Amino acid sequence: MNLFCVGLSHHSADVETLERFGGNAEIDRLLKDSGCAEGLLLATCNRVEVYGASATRISTLDIARCLDRRIGQPSLGYGVAGGHVSPESLPFYRYEDAQCARHLFRVACGIDSMVVGETEILGQAKKAYEAARAAGSAGRYLHRLFQRAFRVAKHVRTHTEITRGSVSVGSVAVDLAQKIFGDLGTCKVLVLGAGETSEKTARALVSRGVRDLRISNRSGERAENLAQLTAASVVPFETWSTECGEIDILIASTSSEAPLLSRAELEPLLRERIDRPLFIIDIAVPRNVDAGVDALDGVYLYDIDALQSIAEQSLAMRREQIVAAEQIIAQHLAEFDQSIASGSSRVAEGPEHPAVDDSSLRPSQL
Amino acid sequence: MDRYLLIVSTVCFLVAIAHTVIELRGRVFRPMRFNFLAVGLGFIFQTGFLYQRGHAVGRCPITNLFEVIIFVAWSVALFYMVVGPAYRLSLMGAFTAPLVVLLQLSALLLPIDHPHAAKLPPNSWLEFHASISLVAYGAFALAGIAGVMYLVQERQLKTHHLHSIFYHLPPLTDLFAAITRLLWWGFGLYTLGLASGFFVGEPLPWVQIVCAIAVWVLYGLILQGRYLRWFAPKRVAALCVIGFSAALTLLWGITFTAQSHTP
Repeated sequence: MNLFCVGLSHHSADVETLERFGGNAEIDRLLKDSGCAEGLLLATCNRVEVYGASATRISTLDIARCLDRRIGQPSLGYGVAGGHVSPESLPFYRYEDAQCARHLFRVACGIDSMVVGETEILGQAKKAYEAARAAGSAGRYLHRLFQRAFRVAKHVRTHTEITRGSVSVGSVAVDLAQKIFGDLGTCKVLVLGAGETSEKTARALVSRGVRDLRISNRSGERAENLAQLTAASVVPFETWSTECGEIDILIASTSSEAPLLSRAELEPLLRERIDRPLFIIDIAVPRNVDAGVDALDGVYLYDIDALQSIAEQSLAMRREQIVAAEQIIAQHLAEFDQSIASGSSRVAEGPEHPAVDDSSLRPSQL
Repeated sequence: MDRYLLIVSTVCFLVAIAHTVIELRGRVFRPMRFNFLAVGLGFIFQTGFLYQRGHAVGRCPITNLFEVIIFVAWSVALFYMVVGPAYRLSLMGAFTAPLVVLLQLSALLLPIDHPHAAKLPPNSWLEFHASISLVAYGAFALAGIAGVMYLVQERQLKTHHLHSIFYHLPPLTDLFAAITRLLWWGFGLYTLGLASGFFVGEPLPWVQIVCAIAVWVLYGLILQGRYLRWFAPKRVAALCVIGFSAALTLLWGITFTAQSHTP
């Protein structure tokens, strides 16, 4: 049986191409029509991949036609010369047998993702497998392959730090808040500004458990609107700085040209709250909070550059983990090859096509 | 024979350190499981040593500097076993094990294990006073370790350079809460130990009394400063580290004086 993967990803194709090949819901039937014994479509915003098992080799062109039946039509290009399409002209990659397994393992672990270590892809792979299983297009070969891929992903996640750290500015800010305060449910948060950035950050904090949210804005009306959307209370803009004696987190994102908070203003307010840290996220450009504030004991000031730098550090740290992840993949690949060669595997001892347990999916994977 | 138990115990703690270093270097540290097991095993062997030594001397095994150091190391491990999981101090094992190893290696390598020529008469108040005070040292030690963890994390947050270790440390406010609770535990037990000293029934050397009161005043001031907001959490954490170093030095003074007064 020939195990293969034909696909496109963000490495090799632009968004337009991915959109073009990603939307065929009848792929299972079409794959069967092309002579494929088993087939599965993994389509995300960054990749479109067909995994299949067949007794005879199915050409890349046939798979491409399953994904987009318009291939070969002169107006659509792709090396059409007198009705003939050359497979090399198609933007697809192809992996066979062990290479196919290795590729899927890397995909499931997030190594092949645009943001290394992201976990959403594992949930998408589980859903794709579940859909193929329900449609009856995933048989014992794809079952073994995907079950092994899920195990590899779990192994890599627990034994490396490939998913460690946040890689976007927003999540870095929220994660840092959690790192300082632990449970955000007891934190008092003041959002300064009522623009789009403020709204996004406020929503992110509410989703992580913040219950005491306060909003202050030069325009009271906009503050009221945002407060209604996020179940927050409104603080008059004239008195917002006095809140610094009480709040735990300050998010500043106004369009003010001059700093709104200086060290001299903040220092006396902190005397009554010396035992509690104050986390200031200044995502405004130009900055709303004077940099000198960071020198105060218990104050942690992060501007957009600092947050960006941590996101980059996390990404670099994740990339360093690729070597360790590849080693784990190589071990699993050897075991997988052996199990395929011997015709038996531990996975096959269970039901032939077990469903993927939804409870094993994290919210980020759904 | 009992020294072998202590050597095995030290090896267990060394394994915990080696495991942590290897995992942190490879940036694959998984909290708790292995360290908790290694420290737990080390604690069992420590307990075995103290049990055997206790049988041999016919009383609580804190009759010389060697035994006192091992008893403090045992108290540190005891508090780690109790406090670690409760406060989810994920890297606590990594920070605890080096201190225990340092104490045990010093005790094993220095020529301080001198047996008493005469068997001491049993005095339950004296044993209670000494042992409860040493258990309090375990809490102070762990507060010092939590203080180091706090300072490491605080420094990284201030400088915006977050290393791999940062992600394994508990939240700053949880750490501070743990420090406060450990200080209270230590202070409470130490007060109990100090108070029981009045019932010992035999005169104690004045140096010993002064040293013991100095430790009590030191930790009392740290707690007072924490509640009256004299110090920011960072300073409390630093004071816990300084306090334990000072307390350990004074303990040496107390033990040395006690030994020189023992017949």
